[in-house]
Amino acid sequence: MMKSKQIAELLNEPACSHNAKSKSGCSKPKPGATAGGCAFDGAQIALLPIADVAHIVHGPIACAGSSWDNRGTRSSGPLLYRIGMTTDLTEQDIIMGRAEKRLFHAIKQAIDDYAPPAVFVYNTCVPALIGDDVEAVCREAEGRWGVPVVPVDAAGFYGTKNLGNRIAGDAMVKYVVGTREPDPLPADAARPGITVHDVNLVGEYNIAGEFWHVLPLFDELGLRILCTLSGDARFREVQSMHRAEVNMMVCSKAMINVARKLQEKFGTPWFEGSFYGITDTSKALRDFARIIDDPDLTARTEALIAREEARIHAELEPWRARLRGKRVLLYTGGVKSWSVVSALQDLGMEVVATGTNKSTEEDKARIRELMGEKTKMITDGSPKALINTVREYRADILIAGGRNMYTALKARIPFLDINQEREFGYAGYQGMLELVRQLARTIESPIWRQVREPAPWHVDAPRAVVGG
Amino acid sequence: MAEIIKRNKALSVSPLKASQTLGGSLAVLGFRGAIPMMHGSQGCTAFGKVYFVRHFREPIPLQTTAMDQTSTVMGADDNVIEGLRVISEKSTPSMIGVLTTGLAETQGTDVQRAIKEFRAAHPQYDAVRVVGVNTPDFSGCFESGHAETVTAILAALVPDAASAGTKPGHAARRVNVLVGPMHTPGDVEVLSETIEAFGLEPVLIPDVSGSLDGHLEAAEFSPLSTGGTDVDALATVGDAAATLVIGASMAKAADVLKSRTGVPDFRFDHLYGLRACDAFVATLQQISGNPVPTRIERQRAQLQDALLDTHFMIGQARVAIAADPDQLHAFTQLLSDCGAEVTAAVVPARAPVLERTPVEQVKIGDLDDMEKCARERGVDLVIGNSHAAASAERLGVPVLRAGFPLYDRVGAYQRVWIGYRGSRQALFDVANLLLEQHAQHEIQPYRSIYAQKPEYRREETVDGSETTHATGGRPH
Repeated sequence: MMKSKQIAELLNEPACSHNAKSKSGCSKPKPGATAGGCAFDGAQIALLPIADVAHIVHGPIACAGSSWDNRGTRSSGPLLYRIGMTTDLTEQDIIMGRAEKRLFHAIKQAIDDYAPPAVFVYNTCVPALIGDDVEAVCREAEGRWGVPVVPVDAAGFYGTKNLGNRIAGDAMVKYVVGTREPDPLPADAARPGITVHDVNLVGEYNIAGEFWHVLPLFDELGLRILCTLSGDARFREVQSMHRAEVNMMVCSKAMINVARKLQEKFGTPWFEGSFYGITDTSKALRDFARIIDDPDLTARTEALIAREEARIHAELEPWRARLRGKRVLLYTGGVKSWSVVSALQDLGMEVVATGTNKSTEEDKARIRELMGEKTKMITDGSPKALINTVREYRADILIAGGRNMYTALKARIPFLDINQEREFGYAGYQGMLELVRQLARTIESPIWRQVREPAPWHVDAPRAVVGG
Repeated sequence: MAEIIKRNKALSVSPLKASQTLGGSLAVLGFRGAIPMMHGSQGCTAFGKVYFVRHFREPIPLQTTAMDQTSTVMGADDNVIEGLRVISEKSTPSMIGVLTTGLAETQGTDVQRAIKEFRAAHPQYDAVRVVGVNTPDFSGCFESGHAETVTAILAALVPDAASAGTKPGHAARRVNVLVGPMHTPGDVEVLSETIEAFGLEPVLIPDVSGSLDGHLEAAEFSPLSTGGTDVDALATVGDAAATLVIGASMAKAADVLKSRTGVPDFRFDHLYGLRACDAFVATLQQISGNPVPTRIERQRAQLQDALLDTHFMIGQARVAIAADPDQLHAFTQLLSDCGAEVTAAVVPARAPVLERTPVEQVKIGDLDDMEKCARERGVDLVIGNSHAAASAERLGVPVLRAGFPLYDRVGAYQRVWIGYRGSRQALFDVANLLLEQHAQHEIQPYRSIYAQKPEYRREETVDGSETTHATGGRPH
């Protein structure tokens, strides 16, 4: 089991500028009134997109059984990450102390059957409590079969999803990053006059394949992404992350420890950004050019941004007219609490309130910067509170995670799913087109009258019932 | 009858099993104004919530005792007490089901004692029923967790006949119905309607057709289940004329109900297929003293006709089934009664009903086992949950989605499998899936080397191939 000191270290993130204050999102959960995932959930979310790895969940069935193949992340190649694997511990395993042995054989089975480049082992509550030495089992298995076996010690009771993200990132820095040099650049990818620069993205998960909207732009600019941690990643890519010239933190502070540690160990500078919205996408590309500081790259980046912005603005024009002035209530965590705000403002929509439950102090500062000091920040994410805020602020739509979808629908409120289970990709310039399409699909739907109006025989005053 | 093959590998691949804790939660959600609270880490509940939300496409009331590092090590009874207090204060539920997870059980929690302490400390919430159930995920499966929970609820809330003054048959038209977890809200609706057709008044325990059938309420939000069995009704179930038990997994719950109340019961493994439905309808006729309604006679005749129409496709078809024991048993009987052969039968955990299942072997395992077994012994159709769709794709055969979870179809949670009509539709669907499959297995055209069919030669000059004529047959 992880010591509380280690947990405290992960929670205490020196790279957070608000570190002097108490952290939001890290408070003790309240029995009977808690929503949200655990550390294991967060760790699995952070690493599962590494597509060619065998991901073994060490524990009884509930951890893997309710969650495998459950996310929207996409791979351009291997599909091993979509095969659920768990030691599915039984009562006998736990009582008789056979869990470690089962894990050892489970690792062998995964290696024999799937020949993965690596095995990740997620420790969960029960084995953590009975004191399984998962790290030792992994070390032993790696020695025996010559395949990297990485322990991710992420028992749910250690804390929240956010902590789990950090545990996952920590495991990558500790066990994987720096264990292989990057491939030489492919000869056929060389273009005269273009110097290729190596970069990493941290905290981008390629939900619904959305990063594929953005990746062509990196290619065009001559930015080689050594690794995305972890959307559409391969194990060998994670190994080579230490050679990047710059790291971009895509999902706010969730894996800030990765960026900080890569800076400490390898001196890689990093910045924080987002690919949601036109403004933020352009800013992210500019930040790469600024930090890499290659005048040619800068010039080409500006040209690309000008071209892409002009193109997307033209394509968005008809939609903008339809969505302008619509009022949005945004309830989501971390980076999305501000990055999506900018995307919606790009469309002329008005964000009337945003959730900050899982946001850090820095996220909140950004929200104020974008939306002004008077912005309503929602900390109570209970369904009742959300519905009340929608009414109070006369919002036209609730944008939130899938878990809140049915809260909105039961209250007959238009809804857009923004979290990792969604089926549509919104990243990059191109993603904005998908975003407007989905926004319009729900806001403009003809169903709302039908579900809001009572049956004719329940209307007090008699009135003519005419079709339509 | 069936030989049970035990789990024989360390790693579960493409798990079929869902936890007892989830099955128990579903049971609690079948009661009106109720809420399940999982005793474990907050992730147990978050995952459970997503699981149910994706299946039912409904908001799901579910809470957690939110065990953290300290309470995991030092004891989490206070979490149970505090959780009960907070929920009682905020939502005044009719019932809270406290379902233990593997974490709480490994820690050695005594949930009953924690509930007693809650009672002693907070008498103002005495009206809120609290039922604690041991449902660790390291044993059993979804189905057994559901059964344990229904049993615990009955044991806690049904008074014995002597003290409550109930008498079997006092309410002559009333029947209790214990409903197993394989029944969809659609199934439960049909069950209820069929019983009502005989002039009887069913009390369904639990009743997911009231809570999870996907209906729009006038109220915008409810922190509790919006329908289901009236918890108060449990006080007088002893007056019913009979108890109907649907699903072999409900046997223990039935025993409790019978010993408490003395109400005679009639037990059915399932209501899939003609024989099972006949037994059920005959029982309803016997209990009610009413003739079988013409409408039901008609539906029976329709199912018979469907048996005729579909036996050409279903006969000899090789079917792989992965499901919890009751449902595996039901499908196996339905299809073997139509002449199909179940070549792979996989369940996540053992259950007594499997001894009666008309199949050679039942494997305790996962979807990977189902795939391997199907590949070895041949397969034309897979029956299983949404995860099984990927298995079917790898096997290159169609899938009929049934069980938990069903997350890649709208309305699947609502489809009706039971009764004459439900069985008929199941047969049609199986037959249609097999028909589509047959199209792929059509005889490849053979092209005679002497044929006077000019298009053979035309194609040849286009692709320049010369070997075709010499070797004859040319697959498309």
